[in-house]
Amino acid sequence: MREFKGRVIAPGTVTAPALVSHGGLNTLASFQKALQFGDKKATCGDQNNPDLYGKEMLGKALCLPQTIGSTTGGLVLYCACAMERQPACMLFSKPIDSLAAAGSILASVWLDGVSMPVVDSLGDEFLNYVKEGMTITVSENGTVTVN
Amino acid sequence: MYLTPEQQAILDGSKGETMAKVMKTLVMYGETFGAGKLVPVTSEYNHLVTSFGLKMMGPVFDLMQQLIDAGAISQQKFSVDPRPVDKNVPSNFIMNIVFNMFMYSKQEDYEKQLAALGLMNEDAFSCACYLDQMGNKPKKGDILSWAESSAVVYANSVLGARCNRNSGIMDIMGSIAGCVPHFGLLTDEGRKATWIVKVQCKKKPEAQLLGSAIGMKVMEDVPFITGMNEWLGTELNDDNCAYLKDFGAATASNGAVGLYHIENLTPEAKEQGAGLIAEGAKVYVIDDAELERVKNNYPVVWKDKDATPKLCFIGCPHMSMQQLKDWTVRVEEGLKASGKTKVVIPTVFTTAPAVKKEFEKTEYAARLKATGVVLSYICPLMYMNNPLAGKMPVITCSNKLRTYTTARYYTEEEILVQITKGGK
Repeated sequence: MREFKGRVIAPGTVTAPALVSHGGLNTLASFQKALQFGDKKATCGDQNNPDLYGKEMLGKALCLPQTIGSTTGGLVLYCACAMERQPACMLFSKPIDSLAAAGSILASVWLDGVSMPVVDSLGDEFLNYVKEGMTITVSENGTVTVN
Repeated sequence: MYLTPEQQAILDGSKGETMAKVMKTLVMYGETFGAGKLVPVTSEYNHLVTSFGLKMMGPVFDLMQQLIDAGAISQQKFSVDPRPVDKNVPSNFIMNIVFNMFMYSKQEDYEKQLAALGLMNEDAFSCACYLDQMGNKPKKGDILSWAESSAVVYANSVLGARCNRNSGIMDIMGSIAGCVPHFGLLTDEGRKATWIVKVQCKKKPEAQLLGSAIGMKVMEDVPFITGMNEWLGTELNDDNCAYLKDFGAATASNGAVGLYHIENLTPEAKEQGAGLIAEGAKVYVIDDAELERVKNNYPVVWKDKDATPKLCFIGCPHMSMQQLKDWTVRVEEGLKASGKTKVVIPTVFTTAPAVKKEFEKTEYAARLKATGVVLSYICPLMYMNNPLAGKMPVITCSNKLRTYTTARYYTEEEILVQITKGGK
């Protein structure tokens, strides 16, 4: 077991299995098919992301460096939250990018009853340590425990 | 973050719950990135990235309606990215059903929302809103609340305006509140270059390829580019602006560049020179071999890599008037050289509606039509973003289109040969 301390972007507590992307998450490419074609498990549709392609993102602790791609990324993440197809939490090894920040802030402010804790700046060591399927617990203060 | 008494009052609900949420969104956004204050948006117009009535965006339409119902509309009129559908662009029966009945079934409703929120006019649909004919060109020093990545990088770099690389929806929040958080590319410090890019090519580099190489190397950082004056000179004429439009779009989509400086050419580089370069800036040298290496590493995601192209898109971002005229001549000359009269691959040039109207008044319009090329206002990216079009072998000289879709990239000369002579 290891603990990592990050910065809280969207507060909350959750325990969920890890899903790990070592490259940047292209939000539009990852979520578009799931949102457009009614995939309630939010299967990742980004063929350029070998870590996530074809895997279910719903309810997972999504561990990643940053998000990349189209500046529609924030609103796509907002839509995923509104349609209840979001990850259980998003855990960034680097400081959060403006698109992911926008998505998580919009969901936090404009959607009632949607919880997706977001923590950033967990460090490269976090992403090196965490493996798919490990159990992640996120605390209110930004502490992330990996089992 | 420091808030003025008026901003604090709005946050506390003086203008209603919805405006309080708008302000809270901007405050949280700013605090995430260490902004010390909110600063006024000073451009005459805004520009929104979200132009498409995609069915999956129901929650966005609900949010827009909430804003409209509360009277929280944009304080500026705005332009918006291109429309996703045009009946003139080649598509088959099934694609038409998918586009109109399924994917973009909310387009008409969404355009009504845009009109209610402050759309400039019914032709204000282009990613290149800064083209003269579109009427949304910010001034140097203007503070913007834009999100379209290719427009943001152009406004920052070529026009000297100031804008962060915002997300969709965040763009209209800033426009409604009339202010944006002061961080990143809005600050003098954030506009300093942390990369020096030395271009040492023996011929003028292809704009979309050079932008791709730089974007993939520097990602979200600011590059200061040297070695381009031999090719571009020192004046921002029409040719150079078109070149920088395509170059910037590639830096922003292949990486996440929001601002670049070109020595002796772009406004801040002309004024401040090497003073724009931050201490400890990294160096990237680009020569012809490096560009070739970058191009050869693009993945080909076609199922049949040897398929004959079924469609060609040129104009992502939208083409300028001069580019339309130049390409008309190039296609004519290519066809003449190959002894043909029409392009051999269905080809679509895309441009802003206002540019299209102006172009259609010129003699070039009939000449382009005679070559078989279709002229459209569509967003090729939105056309390609579905499983049916995604399976088509489409070619393009846009590195943005290559990055976000299954379209295959070729240089402009290679594209010209393919559409006028044939080949794979």
